[in-house]
Amino acid sequence: MEGVREILVKTNKQVKVQTKMGLSKKLYDQRFLIAMSVPFVIWVIIFKYIPLAGWLMAFQDYKPKLGILGSQWVGLKHFKVLFQEEQFYQALQNTLGMSILAITFGTIFSVGFALLLNELRSLRLKRVVQTISYLPHFVSWVVVANIVGQILSTTGVLNEILMALHIIDSPVNFMSQPNLFWGIVTGSDLWKETGWNAIIYLAAITGIDVQLYEAAKVDGANRWQQIKSITLPCIRGTIIILLIMSIGNLINIGFEKQYLLGNNTVASKSLVLDKYALDYGIGMVRYSYGTAIGMFKSVVGIVLIYIANTLAKKSGEGQLI
Amino acid sequence: MVIKGLKKISVVDIFIAIIMCIVIVITVYPFLQVIAISFNDATDTVRGGIHIWPRVFTLNNYKEIFTSNDNIARGFVNSVLRTVIGTVLGILCSAMLAYTLSRKDYMFRKPISVLFVLTMYVSGGLIPEYMVVRNLGLINKFMVYILPGLLSAYNIIILRSFMDNLPYELQESAKIDGANDFTIFWKIIFPLCMPVIATVALFIAVGQWNAWFDTYLYAKKDHLTTLQYELMKVIDNAAAGVKAADINSQGLKRVTSNPESIKMAITVITTIPIVCVYPFLQRYFVSGMTIGAVKS
Repeated sequence: MEGVREILVKTNKQVKVQTKMGLSKKLYDQRFLIAMSVPFVIWVIIFKYIPLAGWLMAFQDYKPKLGILGSQWVGLKHFKVLFQEEQFYQALQNTLGMSILAITFGTIFSVGFALLLNELRSLRLKRVVQTISYLPHFVSWVVVANIVGQILSTTGVLNEILMALHIIDSPVNFMSQPNLFWGIVTGSDLWKETGWNAIIYLAAITGIDVQLYEAAKVDGANRWQQIKSITLPCIRGTIIILLIMSIGNLINIGFEKQYLLGNNTVASKSLVLDKYALDYGIGMVRYSYGTAIGMFKSVVGIVLIYIANTLAKKSGEGQLI
Repeated sequence: MVIKGLKKISVVDIFIAIIMCIVIVITVYPFLQVIAISFNDATDTVRGGIHIWPRVFTLNNYKEIFTSNDNIARGFVNSVLRTVIGTVLGILCSAMLAYTLSRKDYMFRKPISVLFVLTMYVSGGLIPEYMVVRNLGLINKFMVYILPGLLSAYNIIILRSFMDNLPYELQESAKIDGANDFTIFWKIIFPLCMPVIATVALFIAVGQWNAWFDTYLYAKKDHLTTLQYELMKVIDNAAAGVKAADINSQGLKRVTSNPESIKMAITVITTIPIVCVYPFLQRYFVSGMTIGAVKS
């Protein structure tokens, strides 16, 4: 034991001596760490930071043949066009609309599901429900879109149920109703992610001190009162943090669901910013215009994150970044 | 109404249990229906009304998708390849980088961390990323499935925060024994991280298996097709296909399948690997999710 301690003291001394020595010695000592991380620095620069530099394309009439250096600079031309385009505002509206629906109902359903799971007496049933509720999360959106299309088709189960209940007289083609599209996307999202998103809330609930509940029981509080005055206040912090984080991602909803669930008849309600950028940027080979859309999205995203972070600080739940 | 027993079970308890059973039905029913249709005779399926059990059992739909063209088999192979290679490389690289970032004495720890964390908040967007992949010559190359998505800041944070909690003495004693930093990582840290590695590996694997958009954007050539992309194409073509079938219905007598049944059979093949794997990793990813949420 003594010997080990001596060696430890010695190495500690050595470490101190080393820090005083030159940079080259430190570089040499950490050569393994450097070799283990620098390749990934190169990776992140190529795949994450060069695309950022690609934003320059938004200020050019970019031609792949001429490259960034040779293409003509046009200033804010593409942004001016973008802000006059009616389709852009449609896409923005759809993006924000579906995003806000997803956040609102996503939070309500996940918290509600976590609360119900927690109140479940039978532990075996609880485990079964949990395992099953994770399943849709692991399935791709392609599969989910297929399933949703099946359920909502004119011969699907929803039509069968509604007809049996005499709510409708003839089958409705839900997938071709523009006004239902936001709802269908939100509903599919809830079906897919509620169980998964409840994990965090359930973890927060399990972390609550049992004594609180015992004290409440002694005071004669019933279950609903316990939920209202112990469980919900205790997971308030988690809910707020996750809500604020999702504000930061308000505009980054991607377009996977909208692309896979949408079709031509509902295009006016399914067009989102990323799809718009894809259609124009790659579909019509208008690279600069597509980049301008992406850049607008990213800048709004950063502003939203800044706002969210300020909110987080103010709410006293600690900051995010 | 209180039923006397070992524990008191109230009306509320029964009510909650019933709601949970409804949740199970809503979650599971669509999958059962997909399976039932995939095993049901295609011409019979058109009559509708298949719920959780096939009415006229057949394996023809599966035969059809594997014999009518090579793309499903090819897509299956590619999906497996990209999942295995992508997960192994992804987890090794993420863990190695995460280890260097967990070393408090590492001189470049701060700048590299910042470089990666920033990528969670800003991205160049679709078009510039497409241009980079194109300029690297990755279009229609298998590596396009592996390289651009090799690392994610989120996974690195999960791995690093797990490594931060390992006792530092383990590394110190290995160091005294003359082990270099890579050996410490590979022989000591990596094996200790298995729970979190299982979580991250599951995330990467599911992401790889479920991806279709990179195929759509970068690798439309048949030899690189994936299962998800094939399924996506069937869905996209289904509407058009149905119309064509209506017009040609006279000439299509010998066709044993319809787009609906084909779609369901592919869906089953696409979903089964996931259903078989995820329940076994449940306790890992539940804890992994919680770590990730706390840290980010």
